[in-house]
Amino acid sequence: MKYLVLLIALSVSGVALADGGMDILQKRCVSCHDLSGPAAQSVQELWQRKGPDLFYAGSKYNAEWLEKWLVKPRRIRPAGHHSIQHIKPGDKRDMIDATTLRPHMALSPSDAEEVTEALMKLKATAEMMGTTVFKGGSISTSFGEMVFDKFNGCMACHEIEPGFGGLSGPEVYTAAKRYQADYLVSFITNPQAWNPKTPMPNKHVSAPNIQKIVQYLQALARENRDEKK
Amino acid sequence: MRKNKLFLTLFVSLLMLSSAAWPDDAEDNYKNYCWQCHGMTGDGMGLNVQDMSVQPRDHTSAKAMGGRSDADLFKVIKEGGLAIDKSVLMPPWRDSLSDDEIHDLVKYLRKLCQCS
Ligand code: HEC
Ligand code: HEC
Repeated sequence: MKYLVLLIALSVSGVALADGGMDILQKRCVSCHDLSGPAAQSVQELWQRKGPDLFYAGSKYNAEWLEKWLVKPRRIRPAGHHSIQHIKPGDKRDMIDATTLRPHMALSPSDAEEVTEALMKLKATAEMMGTTVFKGGSISTSFGEMVFDKFNGCMACHEIEPGFGGLSGPEVYTAAKRYQADYLVSFITNPQAWNPKTPMPNKHVSAPNIQKIVQYLQALARENRDEKK
Repeated sequence: MRKNKLFLTLFVSLLMLSSAAWPDDAEDNYKNYCWQCHGMTGDGMGLNVQDMSVQPRDHTSAKAMGGRSDADLFKVIKEGGLAIDKSVLMPPWRDSLSDDEIHDLVKYLRKLCQCS
């Protein structure tokens, strides 16, 4: 009998240690976030996914950012996920319908730690990652902005500081805080490899300019434009 | 009959195995990709236009759209604004849409502008 109790206690604690984060994910997150893949195969299927896919989280996020954000989430996509579900016609242009946007749930610091650990184990396939990686280096924000905006038109859909730029995509002034540099290179190189129906186009930016854009995103992140909001 | 069924099953499972995603209809594609800039009604007043240096085309205007051939529209959707000497802000959509889907979108645009 004693042994039995010990055995049960051991196995329960074992489960809690190994799978606590995954347990929380399955209970509280899977209704909005896909955890097993693949990405949506049709536009309709995409629209049914209430939050971004997390099944490759370990190849995407900076763990340190992830854990902090889960405790204190703040909006990343000004018009929500998916923008088409949160807009209404306005006088001069379509406007964000803020009444349809909800704040993201927050986790306790200990839950966030476990969830982060579980999420960082979910890796992308080699096919998604591709072969190009970030090679390092830095660039000034003024030259970077030319490459991002003038040469490649990325600002059409992305804010480069609060209140300046397009609204349908995620803000990019925090992108390098949130995401690993190799993910950024890979996603910009071939967004459809990650999500075939993503509204983000492949703009066929040259490989050297993709490196410059990621250097620019890092320079933006260092300016902490989000904290001046 | 049985053979047909077998082929159908084979065909469907091949489709599911292939990495290519399903084709979508023009209305869904327009909403997913084009609304961002061209707007919910296609009038060129999308969510993103405020800070854009070149304004997106008004797809409901027969005047703005009438001057473009179907071949031009196909080309600009597939290869982007630069391919027809227009703005870099219009992205190439060839990695998101198949040729068939783009042809369907051209037809959809003709309905929006009620022009040919
Ligand atoms: C009601 C639906 C919903 C639930 C439940 C939910 N999320 Fe989210 N989540 C969202 C949406 C919508 C966004 C996009 C927020 C934004 O862009 O501001 C998001 C964003 C995120 C992001 C950032 C993604 C990115 O790449 O920008 C992470 C990480 C995340 N959620 C984790 C979780 C975890 C972990 C849970 C469970 C504890 C959870 N979410 C529960 C809807 C949900
Ligand atoms: C037509 C609008 C549009 C244009 C133009 C555009 N993007 Fe995006 N971008 C998006 C949308 C929408 C998303 C969100 C993708 C998703 O959730 O699937 C996105 C996502 C991103 C992300 C974040 C990836 C992620 O998983 O959240 C980065 C980085 C990015 N874009 C960079 C760029 C760069 C660099 C360019 C120019 C070469 C660019 N974008 C041009 C719409 C656009």
